[in-house]
Amino acid sequence: MSWAMATLIGLQGAAGTYLLLHRSLTRIILGIGLLANAVNLIALTAGGSPGSPPIIGEGGETADPLPQALVLTAIVIGLGVTAFLLATALRSWTIDGNDDVEDDIEDVRLARAALESDRSSGPDPTTSDSEFTGGLDEVPEAGDS
Amino acid sequence: MTSEAILPLMVLVPLLGAGASLVVARLRTMQTAVTFTVAAGTTILSIALLLKVDADGPIRAVTSIPEAPIGVTLDLYADRFASLMLVIAMLMLLAVLLYSAGQKAAGEMSIWYQPAYLVMVAGVSAAFVTADLFNLFVAVELLLLSSYVLIMLEGNDEQIRSGTTYVVLNVLESTLLLMAVALVFAATGTLSFFALPAAIAELPSGIQTGLNLLLLAAFGLKAAIFPLFSWLPDSYPAAPGPVTAVFAGLLTKIGVYALIRTQTLLFPDTNRTLLMWIAGLTMIIGVLGAIAQSDMKRILSFHIVSQIGYMVMGLALGGVAALTATIFFVLHQIPIKTSLFLVEGIVEAETGTSRLDRVGGMARRSGPLAFMFMLSAMSLAGIPPLSGFVGKVGIVTAGLDQQEWVLVAVALLVSLFTLVSMLKIWSGLFWGDVMPVDPRKGVLRHHRRMSAAAASVVALGVGIALAAGPLYSFTERAAEDLYLPAEISEAIVGDSK
Repeated sequence: MSWAMATLIGLQGAAGTYLLLHRSLTRIILGIGLLANAVNLIALTAGGSPGSPPIIGEGGETADPLPQALVLTAIVIGLGVTAFLLATALRSWTIDGNDDVEDDIEDVRLARAALESDRSSGPDPTTSDSEFTGGLDEVPEAGDS
Repeated sequence: MTSEAILPLMVLVPLLGAGASLVVARLRTMQTAVTFTVAAGTTILSIALLLKVDADGPIRAVTSIPEAPIGVTLDLYADRFASLMLVIAMLMLLAVLLYSAGQKAAGEMSIWYQPAYLVMVAGVSAAFVTADLFNLFVAVELLLLSSYVLIMLEGNDEQIRSGTTYVVLNVLESTLLLMAVALVFAATGTLSFFALPAAIAELPSGIQTGLNLLLLAAFGLKAAIFPLFSWLPDSYPAAPGPVTAVFAGLLTKIGVYALIRTQTLLFPDTNRTLLMWIAGLTMIIGVLGAIAQSDMKRILSFHIVSQIGYMVMGLALGGVAALTATIFFVLHQIPIKTSLFLVEGIVEAETGTSRLDRVGGMARRSGPLAFMFMLSAMSLAGIPPLSGFVGKVGIVTAGLDQQEWVLVAVALLVSLFTLVSMLKIWSGLFWGDVMPVDPRKGVLRHHRRMSAAAASVVALGVGIALAAGPLYSFTERAAEDLYLPAEISEAIVGDSK
């Protein structure tokens, strides 16, 4: 494996992982695309040195066709998964106007309970309850304080 | 028909059936008839395969291109372990199909349900009969893609919310798996299960460990072991009832199957301390999570995680005795877990929810339903003489033999906690005052197909307990197969020439 290829795979994997950690589903999909292609490049370089095609009768050294078959399959599967995820993002946007991946309901419930017990034993019990009715995303942050 | 032909048919029949059921998608009765015929046919094939394999030993079917300078082969293989898993999986898939046909009468199921379901059947079959890592990857993808469709079938807010997590996590899992497969190929130049054990044994130990951990992470994410389980209790409860049941019973177990396969075959007796830690933590965290929940579906989902811990414990202990118990335990978990979710589905279909504080007195409304739940719950907790007891005794005995006191203590404690959380469901849902008030009488009469399916799965669980003696000696032979891959493969290669 050449250094250029290794660097490319590393950078692409890092960028994909970074995007995958976002809340927006669109960015996650882009991240998955980058990460999947980094892995495809790994599989491709596993096939041996460049210049030898996996075709019988082309002359010269014939490469093992298995990695190519692996990558082709992975690309097709990746296409299907990406299309499915894009449809999911669209549906999510149709339902509530954004494509953010939401919190687990049980996590929200626990965070809310923790927040309430925190408030009831806290120094300022007169705080308004209106904060509890805020967006779900705000609850865990408030729980940290 | 030769016996080798059964192996590709196990995948081809449901896959072509999925196409056929798509063609007749608008004719509901026709579609149901096609789906049932295909599922029943696949089940019969799997039983034939099991009988054949038990009588004559493992079957291998190799298709290759003769003129190719480098071997291009499609290699399928079924030993006792694989064919046993196939039979129990196909029986479950058939029962759940019957159950969902009962639900469909209520207009809940879309026309895409049955085609996607059959594709999943094909994926499950393919995962069990494959004999190389590449086809294992394809099989996992096949069942994952159809599971994405099934988990978001209704496309409502709740399903999109939790389904997104499921899909993203599983796409990550397949990416990891593909990376592992590519690196295994880069290191050894082969992906066949028969050539790999020798090829991997020659690698430097550092590379071996790296490949092992990568495969462990990929399949561990699928099997929901600690610390990779958190997606499971969040996403499974949101799926349609029968879908959750089949996911709970089967999909995580395929991760376990792949773990057992790769660990015993490719990396025998390595990383045992790591696996033991994983096993203990998976058991404890899973059961503690279950106790903290207040919804039957979520409690059961956490129990999936907890029970996976026992399977990993058996794998970590290693040796024929522990693996015998592990295979038996996996075998018993599939129907037990499915039946619990099927009972939950009936409760939910009747009352509209499975929250412990909103439903009560189900035992007063339907004695048989409560009895079905009790049998499965007791079996899950490992109360003698039910099947869970046999499996757990086997695993714990193997642990005692190897003097792993701490792990054995953890396993026993977790068993107790399992009972506690089952009692929580029992006292919340089945005992107490009847809620919601003014219910109709005769729960099971209103859900005939669903109760018939649930009852047959419960009966299968009890059947495993009744036939524990012969089944246990069968799983012992299956475990011996696992440890003799080289001899077996050479014998089979010799036969096919």
